[in-house]
Amino acid sequence: MGLVALTFLPLAAAVVIALLPGRNAALLRAVAFFATTLVAGMGAGLFVDFEGGVPGLQSVYESAWFTLPGADVPVHFRLGVDGISILMVVLTAILMPLVVLSSYGHVKERVKEFLFWLLVMETGMLGVFLALDLVLFYFFWEVSLVPLYFLVGIWGSDRRLYATVKFFLYTVAGSLVMLVGVIELIYSQGTSDVGALLANTSELPAWIFASFALAFAIKVPVIPFHTWLADAHTEAPTSGSVLLAGVLLKMGTYGLLRFGIQMFPHAAVDAAPLFLALGAIGIVYGALLAMAQTDLKRLIACSSVSHLGFVVLGMFALTQAGLRGGVLQMVNHGISTGLLFLLVGMVYERTHTRELDRFGGLAATMPLFALFFVITVLSSVGLPGLNGFVGEYMILLGTFEASPLWSVVGVTGVIFGAIYLLRATRKVLFGPVVHESNRRLADLNGREIALMAPLVLLAVWIGVRPNTFIGKTAGTLDALQRRIEDVRGAGDSAAAPSPIVEEEQG
Amino acid sequence: MTATWNALWLVPLLPLLGSAVCGVIHFLCLKQRRADPNATGPIGAASAVACASVLASFVIAVVAFFKLLNADGFTALTSSAWHWIDAGSVSIDVAMVADRLSSVMLLVVTGVGFLIHVYSIGYMKGDPGFAKFFAYLNLFVFAMLILVLSSNLIGLFVGWEGVGLCSYLLIGFWYEKGWPAAAGQKAFVVNRIGDACFLVGSFLLVSVFGTLDLSDVAASVPAQLDAHAGRLALAALLLFGGACGKSAQFPLLTWLPDAMAGPTPVSALIHAATMVTAGVYLVVRLNPLFAAAPEVLTVIGTVGALTALIGASTALLQRDIKKVLAYSTVSQLGYMFLGLGSGAWAAAIFHLVTHAFFKGLLFLGAGSVIHGMHEEQDMARMGGLWSYMPRTFLTFLCGAAALSGLPLLSGFFSKDEILAHTFASGGFHYALWFVGVATAAMTAFYTWRMVSLTFFGEARFDAAHVKPHESPAVMTAPLMILAFLSVVGGVLGLPHVFHVTHLLKTWLEPVTAGGDALLTAHTLSVGSEWVLLGLGSVLALAFAHYGFHLYKRGPETDDEIYGSRPEVVGFLSSAWSLDRIYDKLVVKPLKLGAFLIAVVVDQFAIDGLVNGAGALAANVARRLRVLVDGSVKSYALWMGAGAAALAIVWIFGGSA
Repeated sequence: MGLVALTFLPLAAAVVIALLPGRNAALLRAVAFFATTLVAGMGAGLFVDFEGGVPGLQSVYESAWFTLPGADVPVHFRLGVDGISILMVVLTAILMPLVVLSSYGHVKERVKEFLFWLLVMETGMLGVFLALDLVLFYFFWEVSLVPLYFLVGIWGSDRRLYATVKFFLYTVAGSLVMLVGVIELIYSQGTSDVGALLANTSELPAWIFASFALAFAIKVPVIPFHTWLADAHTEAPTSGSVLLAGVLLKMGTYGLLRFGIQMFPHAAVDAAPLFLALGAIGIVYGALLAMAQTDLKRLIACSSVSHLGFVVLGMFALTQAGLRGGVLQMVNHGISTGLLFLLVGMVYERTHTRELDRFGGLAATMPLFALFFVITVLSSVGLPGLNGFVGEYMILLGTFEASPLWSVVGVTGVIFGAIYLLRATRKVLFGPVVHESNRRLADLNGREIALMAPLVLLAVWIGVRPNTFIGKTAGTLDALQRRIEDVRGAGDSAAAPSPIVEEEQG
Repeated sequence: MTATWNALWLVPLLPLLGSAVCGVIHFLCLKQRRADPNATGPIGAASAVACASVLASFVIAVVAFFKLLNADGFTALTSSAWHWIDAGSVSIDVAMVADRLSSVMLLVVTGVGFLIHVYSIGYMKGDPGFAKFFAYLNLFVFAMLILVLSSNLIGLFVGWEGVGLCSYLLIGFWYEKGWPAAAGQKAFVVNRIGDACFLVGSFLLVSVFGTLDLSDVAASVPAQLDAHAGRLALAALLLFGGACGKSAQFPLLTWLPDAMAGPTPVSALIHAATMVTAGVYLVVRLNPLFAAAPEVLTVIGTVGALTALIGASTALLQRDIKKVLAYSTVSQLGYMFLGLGSGAWAAAIFHLVTHAFFKGLLFLGAGSVIHGMHEEQDMARMGGLWSYMPRTFLTFLCGAAALSGLPLLSGFFSKDEILAHTFASGGFHYALWFVGVATAAMTAFYTWRMVSLTFFGEARFDAAHVKPHESPAVMTAPLMILAFLSVVGGVLGLPHVFHVTHLLKTWLEPVTAGGDALLTAHTLSVGSEWVLLGLGSVLALAFAHYGFHLYKRGPETDDEIYGSRPEVVGFLSSAWSLDRIYDKLVVKPLKLGAFLIAVVVDQFAIDGLVNGAGALAANVARRLRVLVDGSVKSYALWMGAGAAALAIVWIFGGSA
């Protein structure tokens, strides 16, 4: 029951907000902030209670929903959490109040609608991570996407319409492809129960895997399906960008793990070389893209392509370290890139520009902003002691065990990341103040510090005590890894483990 | 063998705490200055806290040293805190270990570090970022201590990258000027190239040992050597690649000269005495791994000799006093790696220690000159300064004598030990030895050229505007202590022809025994050793004399010596044109690649396809007159509704 309350509390708050008068923005914001904070508290409680060492689903809620005609498949309203989704739920729950808080600065018009869509989106996102029925999953998937069209289309910046259409086309394409997979899977297996499908030991058809994988790859995005991302990010309002980077992209990586690797281990093993290549090339490709950008927000959007390449790389290494790193890096990317987008939003609200050349010397005028900016950049470039390093290290180590080549390609991302992020840092913070108007900028205010502080603390916490998070996910991931080993062992032994693993066994 | 000693944590944590306090003070100062532009804020508290924290660490380091002294050689003080990263295939702990090697590093880092902190009180006086400077400096000491105390390779890497971060922040300390920030960025990025190698090296170690605990790895090398020789050699080579970045070895040396953009105490502490020697520490720490791969050792020795030569030959022509010292540092670090190349672990650490004394001293002395000359760094506008700043002058002479290897000073013994080991290794190492000797001659020459140009000859500054003055006692006192150490530091490692114990070598024996066991011992006859010592003395004295007297006339001597060969001057003074070559071979192609990816591939190819599809869809939709008002919003809504309708039909239409 707890999960149901967690999932639908934001929707209930959305309804409340819809009923309240639109004039009183302060009240609307207070309601939204209160509701999202409550959800964050519940999410944290769920996290603390979650048994990390045990594989399998916990806190499952189930009630009959309806029956699919034709095949007589009962669809259940089924929610539950395991070691993969727990981190995603916590990330979503924690980011939301901060996103609401950040919107105070840049959403001044149509506040009511804005908060309404934001809260609807939260229910959708939590539902995606918690749903244990394919039909329900698909339902939440769509629910979480629609609000973003509005967030970008209404509150976005100049080229928002182009960005919205592009995002929409990509998303619809992905959703339709996935729908085909969902339907075929349900009718061929006679069940829509995710738990049952995961427990299935027989080999599911590879083309269904492909349909899921394609849909999720668009969402992540895996190259070459990434070009919607830079536009959507750049045009979205700050809160939209934070949610897009922090949570929506994770729906893609979560999907790849849950409905790709976990549900189709046979196909995933076969497809792993492709995804390793795409992940590693994506790291370099995204970094090169970021290097060429002159718009700070676009640069960060491109860096997401690179960073998510790490996540894909780690997951498809299909090793213990790779899987752990991949899942942890989903959280890390949400934190660091979320922070980066918040910071860009704050400086945009003051300067009304995102052009790198319009900044310069802000460290002198906004020292607190500079402090947060530098810490965030360091988290993003994977400085040890902060969160990014732990994830990247496990990913690259895990990948090395599966494929030294792609690991080495991925390692170059460590160099490239420093190049484009430090260049951005220098252009924004350092050098002389060239533009007179930048001399009088106000430094961060209390609200801005308060909304970033929890994320910075998390970045440090994960950097220093990552096992708090790894521990929660290890049980599920290790079971998954053992399953993959079984699949590999059952298959052609020559096609299986890497030379390193062989040598160690021998 | 190991003794738990939790006080070890205080050594790095006190400076971390100090850094946090100084950071808070910095923001208090900023706040006060906003109210009153002339307010200074409680900066005295910042420097006091910063110096006290490092001094306290030094005291604990001394206690640790005596604890080790009173135990048997293999004892190490340890303290572990928690499991840091459980990656599955390897588990990494947060743990500290102080063995004999760490204790030497601890004393150097906290001892020299403390002196440089004190000196900075005078040097940074009046700087608006005074408290921030001490926050960074303390943070650096913290990271450096983590580097030398961590029990495993990844913990070491935390310090490794942490010192890199502080280096980045401190090089760019005067970021308003623009170019220091660019120099900091270059340092970080070039270091990252090395760090990438480091990471891959660590993966290889995990694949062989299943652990990254430094002492376990070092101890298990012999057992794994037969099965994994190739992989171990590759790991050693990659870790050395990391060392090349941090310790500015060829081909990754170009960031260090640019790093002189930072305040001079930073150059002394980070870019001479401590951080840049981290690569040497790493190799000695894992000496059995490197000893197991003789080819890699040869690579290390060759890179070291080449770097020593590049650095020294470039230093010959620099006019900026800090640039002379920077290239000299590159060159001296090359010597350390030259020593490591023939397995002279203790000799490399010996040179590391003496270099920390004399190069720290020389940088601080140069800072004192710059300070007394109102921020002048060009030696062409100095000259005759000895009478204006006698204490700086005398201490600088001690440092110069030690650097140039004048007999019986610290640098003489440590450099000679490295050259003797190289010579004794024979074969290809004879060539390396020859390069080392030639470099030693150059070192003496450029060092005394620098002394001559700065302190002797006629005054070439504008006496109407520049009134050279001696620095305050807070700056000269550290100079005197370092001068003393530079002169007598040689007692740590007297050659065995003197019939005394090599203190440092004996002290480090338990650490280096593993590596030594894997190498064939090379010995040098007493006669040859005397000959080498004599040769070193004669060369140093001759070239010091030569450089000193030639340059009494002023910087025009450069033209007299090299005047007819401008291309040689251009090549040498730009560190063999490395920056230009990298710009052509790496930087420009990378920028071009980024442009091609962003514009051609992304915008034309991929987006062209997408937009084409989008236009087609919109066109079809328009023809169907589904789009009532042509706005994208309703277009989006229609598409969404269509998708939903399709889904419903599909599910409930149930043809299956």
